[in-house]
Amino acid sequence: MTNTPNESVSTLSKTRTGIEGLDQITGGGLPTGRPTLVSGSAGCGKTMLAMEFLVRGATQFGEPGVFMMFEESAAELTANVRSMGFDLDALVAQKLIALDYVHVERSEFEETGEYDLEGLFIRLGHAIDSIGAKRVVLDTVEALFAGLPNEAVLRAELRRLFRWLKDRGITAIITGEKGAGNAITRHGLEEYVADCVIVLDQRIQEQISTRRLRVLKYRGTPHGMNEYPFLIGAHGFSVLPITSLQLDHEVSMQRVFTGIGRLDEMLGGQGYYQGSSVLVSGSPGTGKSSIAAKFVETACQRGERALFFAYEESNAQIVRNMRSIGIDLERWMKKGLLQIHSSRPTLQGPEQHLVTMHDAVRTFRPTVVAIDPITNLFMANHDAEVKPTLMRLIDFLKKEQITALFTILTTGGDGTSSPEDSQVHVSSLMDTWILLRNIEFNGERNRTVFVRKSRGMAHSNQVREFILGDNGIDLVDVYLGGDRVLTGSARVSQESQELAVAILRGQDHQRKLRQLASKRTAIEAQIAALQAEVEVETEEVQFVIAQESLQERASHLTTDAMAQQRRDSNRANGETRKKG
Amino acid sequence: MTALASIEAGREAAAAPRFQLRLYVAGQTAKSLTAIANLQRICETHLVGQYVIEVIDLTKTPQLAAGDQILAVPTLVRRLPEPIKKIIGDLSNESHVLVGLDVQPVGGDAR
Repeated sequence: MTNTPNESVSTLSKTRTGIEGLDQITGGGLPTGRPTLVSGSAGCGKTMLAMEFLVRGATQFGEPGVFMMFEESAAELTANVRSMGFDLDALVAQKLIALDYVHVERSEFEETGEYDLEGLFIRLGHAIDSIGAKRVVLDTVEALFAGLPNEAVLRAELRRLFRWLKDRGITAIITGEKGAGNAITRHGLEEYVADCVIVLDQRIQEQISTRRLRVLKYRGTPHGMNEYPFLIGAHGFSVLPITSLQLDHEVSMQRVFTGIGRLDEMLGGQGYYQGSSVLVSGSPGTGKSSIAAKFVETACQRGERALFFAYEESNAQIVRNMRSIGIDLERWMKKGLLQIHSSRPTLQGPEQHLVTMHDAVRTFRPTVVAIDPITNLFMANHDAEVKPTLMRLIDFLKKEQITALFTILTTGGDGTSSPEDSQVHVSSLMDTWILLRNIEFNGERNRTVFVRKSRGMAHSNQVREFILGDNGIDLVDVYLGGDRVLTGSARVSQESQELAVAILRGQDHQRKLRQLASKRTAIEAQIAALQAEVEVETEEVQFVIAQESLQERASHLTTDAMAQQRRDSNRANGETRKKG
Repeated sequence: MTALASIEAGREAAAAPRFQLRLYVAGQTAKSLTAIANLQRICETHLVGQYVIEVIDLTKTPQLAAGDQILAVPTLVRRLPEPIKKIIGDLSNESHVLVGLDVQPVGGDAR
């Protein structure tokens, strides 16, 4: 008989643990009405997991629970879980949780004759009945092996206990200490608890410890097979599943301005896509933080909330430094639109940071997040861990439709051929990659920026010079003349040189034009004079011609008259001569 | 049978008896009855007039189990003299019981 009303024949009924991530991995929780074994070495969080299972059950799902402990006393346990924000005293007073500390000291025992562990059953049964418990935790029942002399009796009784729990329809967590070698538990508890086995593990790498959880076995249901990092934080236990197994985030056509006009222009004129991940990489001092700060400020100016994770500078330092380039972050902090979380990256392992970020994002609900820088956060030297962790973060942010900007420090330095190779492994996770570079030339260092990639938008292939001034960030075209790219003062001097040359050339042209004009005027004057001369001569000639023709006519007239006269006189003369 | 209440054994127990014993059992099982019988026999043999036995049936008063950290039944608890001692099992081995109770056997037959 089970106490779960909705248990159906076809599917295994599951009891939600309420633990973030665990329900996802197990596809809904632990098997209802059955015991689950949680095994792990000392200090890896078995008790915390079990405790949270009970507390969440009692507070969120209306299922009271019994915590039977064999190692810690009730007072110790209450103190321990208070750090996770669980007030056991209150829950006990409300009859939501019952605690029973079973203490066995072998030295106190003398064994004579037959016995069984009915006392344990009675105690557990009494505790269950007193609060109507649906959940039970036995932590760590294996302690009995040290306390009781007769192992055969104990094994038989444990088998009976788990059977008994099943019969009562109790969803139970049995914790067990990890055994030597590959043994799941030291005393082979897995033999009795065969339905669901969860293994916890703690590893230390680079002096930072990470805890991992794996569902080793879950009879009758599919479950995540991987190892999942988990954390015990201020809000309890949380397991981080890789959510990117399906790439099914919603995508947005909305764009988010970068806050730098010319940079927007380089990204097709509209900035980043909303919900995309942006990588800003560069060697030290290339202006990564400034781009991040500008991005954040712009979001605040739109009235949106922004979250800034700083792993290099303190809040006050960021505010001061950004003010020097005209970005006033303090104003937005006061308005409650901006939160800056600054901490040392080495403070916690990557997973811990991840959870801190999750918590911050969940509570603040920003639309943009900037992380400056991720290099320190996910120590570059264990690349194998960087990607999954970052992937989790990016997936989480994408799911929330948060535009995220990550800065990353190039480790290659300025001189090497391709310093940006060092973050090729994360670049595939990024939608937009803005590369900042220092160009050292002519005795000075100048910043350049270009868009290395930007998925799904037309983007500029040009290198721009990146200038940080009192009034903020500006991008200017670099000098591309001949076969050289010039930036900074070289660009300025080249530009002024060019300007001088241009002015000179202009002046020269003017002069030439003026010369030409005056020459033209002179020539035109000459032409006019000559024309005038020609006219004068023409007139003269015409006058002479006119005069001469007049004379000619006059002389003709005279001749005619004389001829007439002569003809007349001849006639008279002839007559005379004839007479004569 | 209803004899599982409290058995007052020392007839002339005007002062508090030296040995205060408490026997936890769970119901009237064979083990319980054996244990009760064994205990009475041992006490009558070796602790005449110095003991008081209280039998607690946990099926009736389960809340008492936690107080003496009872896990196994039957469990015999020597509450006085201090320190508290526990003997688990049906008390079938008399010499073990005497060692557990820290009692000198009468007549040296248990040696």
